[in-house]
Amino acid sequence: MSLMIGVPTEVFPGEKRVATVPEVVEKLIKLGFRVEVQSGAGDAANFSDEVYRAAGAQIIATAAELWASADLVLKVRGPGADEVGLVRSGQILISFLWPAQNPELMQQLAARGATVLAIDSLPRTLSRAQKMDALTSQAGVAGYRAVIEAANAFGRFFNGQITAAGKVPPAKVFIAGAGVAGLAAIGTAASLGAIVRANDTRAEVADQVVSLGGEFVKVDYEEEGSGGGGYAKVMSEGFQQAQRAMYAKQAKEADIIVTTALIPGKPAPKLISAEMVASMKPGSVIVDMAAEQGGNCELTEPGQAVVKHGVTIVGYTDLVSRLAKQSSTLYATNLFRLTEELCKTKDGVVDVNMEDEAIRGLTVIKEGKITWPPPAPKPAAAPPAAKPAAAVPAAKKGHGHGAASEPMPGNKLAVMFGVAAALFWFVGAFAPGAFLAHFTVFVLACFVGYMVVWNVTPALHTPLMSVTNAISSIIAIGALVQIAPPLAGGLPPGEWIRWLAVVGIVLTAVNMFGGFAVTQRMLAMFRK
Amino acid sequence: MSGNLATVSYIGATILFILSLGGLSNPESSRRGNLFGMIGMTIAVLATVFGPRVTAAGIPWIVSAMVVGGAIGLYAARTVQMTQMPELVALMHSLVGLAAGLVGFASYIDSSVELSGAEKSIHEMEIYIGILIGAVTFSGSLIAFGKLNGKIGGKPLLLPARHWLNLAGLLVVIWFGREFLNAHSMAEGMTPLFVMTAIALLFGIHMVMAIGGADMPVVVSMLNSYSGWAAAATGFMLSNDLLIVVGALVGSSGAILSYIMCRAMNRNFISVIAGGFGTGGGTPAAKGDAAQPAGEVTPISSLETAELLKDAKSVIIVPGYGMAVAQAQHTVYEITKHLREKGVNIRFGIHPVAGRMPGHMNVLLAEAKVPYDIVMEMDELNEDFPATDVAMVIGANDIVNPAAQDDPTSPIAGMPVLEVWKAKTSIVMKRSMASGYAGVDNPLFYKENNRMLFGDAKKMLDEVLVALKS
Repeated sequence: MSLMIGVPTEVFPGEKRVATVPEVVEKLIKLGFRVEVQSGAGDAANFSDEVYRAAGAQIIATAAELWASADLVLKVRGPGADEVGLVRSGQILISFLWPAQNPELMQQLAARGATVLAIDSLPRTLSRAQKMDALTSQAGVAGYRAVIEAANAFGRFFNGQITAAGKVPPAKVFIAGAGVAGLAAIGTAASLGAIVRANDTRAEVADQVVSLGGEFVKVDYEEEGSGGGGYAKVMSEGFQQAQRAMYAKQAKEADIIVTTALIPGKPAPKLISAEMVASMKPGSVIVDMAAEQGGNCELTEPGQAVVKHGVTIVGYTDLVSRLAKQSSTLYATNLFRLTEELCKTKDGVVDVNMEDEAIRGLTVIKEGKITWPPPAPKPAAAPPAAKPAAAVPAAKKGHGHGAASEPMPGNKLAVMFGVAAALFWFVGAFAPGAFLAHFTVFVLACFVGYMVVWNVTPALHTPLMSVTNAISSIIAIGALVQIAPPLAGGLPPGEWIRWLAVVGIVLTAVNMFGGFAVTQRMLAMFRK
Repeated sequence: MSGNLATVSYIGATILFILSLGGLSNPESSRRGNLFGMIGMTIAVLATVFGPRVTAAGIPWIVSAMVVGGAIGLYAARTVQMTQMPELVALMHSLVGLAAGLVGFASYIDSSVELSGAEKSIHEMEIYIGILIGAVTFSGSLIAFGKLNGKIGGKPLLLPARHWLNLAGLLVVIWFGREFLNAHSMAEGMTPLFVMTAIALLFGIHMVMAIGGADMPVVVSMLNSYSGWAAAATGFMLSNDLLIVVGALVGSSGAILSYIMCRAMNRNFISVIAGGFGTGGGTPAAKGDAAQPAGEVTPISSLETAELLKDAKSVIIVPGYGMAVAQAQHTVYEITKHLREKGVNIRFGIHPVAGRMPGHMNVLLAEAKVPYDIVMEMDELNEDFPATDVAMVIGANDIVNPAAQDDPTSPIAGMPVLEVWKAKTSIVMKRSMASGYAGVDNPLFYKENNRMLFGDAKKMLDEVLVALKS
């Protein structure tokens, strides 16, 4: 007998999402399940009962009926006070639950004897778990919406433009916290054309920030803020001080600040003080995505957009619901992937396999027994050393060889060989042996020079010229041997020869010393 | 020291010289390369001085000459400014040329080596050619020095029928060469030798005078090559393999540099030597009416430039001779440093013929402490311009002229150029709207995404830097 999956209407005020969408209903039925959806469950997310019905779901009129008949209940928010009473023994519930923050709810659910999987307790560091990671998918939606809300409240363009009517500077957006929501916000703001800066206590996210088109702003203090499991931790006092200074600076420069800083199980850190808000330009916008946990800004009023010191502070707690269709679709897909994991046999029967690391982490109540928290997850892999944000220069290409290494056309080559052969014949026919020995050396040296010089990097062409200049003062040898040769012919060298040679030596010495010295001076300047 | 020992010392020196040039393949190994060169030179000189061909009587002369020359050389090397490198190099070429000429004369007067028959003819021919090359190098380099220095105008001097003059000179040189070989005594040989030297000197002057300022990199590297051939000719003259090898190394090095420079300007080596880039000659005719770019230039202030740079993520700076003239490289470095600290990806695009000698810009930037790994060649970053926010051209013109690609009638058509106009915004710093050395108007200035920052490069960049820091 296949299980019945039930999807009730969300009861939390302002919640517009729904736990499954018609598209996913079809897939669940293919897995062997039957699906029932409470009438009107998808209305707020623009999914009508008819569409669900067309996808193969039964439409149930009331929540009570649905809870009574469903074996597996999919929800977005944790069950409200009324819903807890409807939970049956043996029923399986999948939803957000936040067990650390809601111990009473946990007790109540356990008392009902149900099995509860909290989607927020997913061990996120498992790569297999990513497809089920509803926190990520929902945070991404929220990050996107945060920037859209900011753009809505902001009185200027995001992108810089040079128009006939004058120059429009791009908006400067600062994102505090580069988690999933932060990264989504960075990407959205950057694609709208703003200049995006971001900060996070975890240094390893710097690369991700840069890859999305943002600029990573470092806090001038050495401390690693990765708290294991991909979450941030509370930082030391010294760090916080340096961080405050950095935020104060960014507040003065930025037009828009989006804060996303959350520490699991703790109230949100207060990053933006009232003074910082006052220091911002009039018309600036702060979107506080941590409003629900108390807010990152001191002046945030959760659930509202307020104007203080001329700055609009958006504290909406329902950013995700403001994009209900998108977030529902993503959430439904996450839950479908989880259902797949629970039902590997594809026969509509669920097996909560506590040996499976992902499912073990998710399961917070198993048949009425609280199984949360799970045994400590394996530590996250060591973060890669943070690379400097400065651009890595392009790989050095080979230089200069282009045309030289291409083979010549055959006929041209033949002509050249012909000319060379004629020349060599001429030399061979008339020149004496002694000359030929030197000639051999000369020709070979030309080729050596050719090979060596093609390898010189163009950046060093000036030093090449000055060093060849210095080397060509080897001509000094010609003058040296004439200044006082052994008296072979019985005659002392004439005064003329001596003076010519002396002048020659002076000239070449200028070159020799000067050439090498200036080359040395130049080369010493080349540095990385 | 015996003759054999001297010879093996020469072989050692030869190897060291080759390693020295090989070391220049990258900046890391280059310093060691230069050291190899110095050691090689020391070995060669010592082996000669203590070798069989020099007696003790010459040593005081040698030492005093070396001290005098060395002192002058070291003084010049210490005090020269990096912007004056091309002048220094040209001047040094002239010294090599002059020394080669003097050694040639001395060798002719020297009667200590008795030769006859074909050997004598060959020896005399070597002397003749050696002095010829030496003299051309000497006078040509002096003129190049004057042109680089600004003492002689940069415009090409084009005498009427100059090619015929050159040809006539060559024929006279050949004829006197025959006379010289047939001379029976030294006194008889001297006349043709002097006449030839005078013609060679005039030829050197004429050749470089006819070359325009934009072609200076080619001339400097060509003279570099000549000084090498002069050394090689001296080597043949004295039957010294070390001189031959070194001469051949230097000669081919200069020849390759000339070739690279010519290719970078899409010009034929012969046509560069023949001169006439810029004014006069056939070039104005090629400047067709269609090539005249229309439209208005958009000026920009240094303040706006700073803002553009501030907002940019990726910047490419294209320096040219104007940067060297204005001595702006240090300010450029300050701006670079400032932007790099802000995480801007800033790079330099160097055209092979930017400046007045090969690699001139690289040396200037290195002097200003710009790290060499952000200084790129043209080919390395030309395709990156579309992804670049701001391309800043400092004192360059022809090397960023889109007409080279778009306008087949342009005198510089086909010359590889840095495609700065493909960047989102390009800023050209220039003193005025005057055209570059090629005398070609630059359509880049009229492009919609181009801004002109008029004024002295140094002054303007200082203002930009102040605006950036505020």
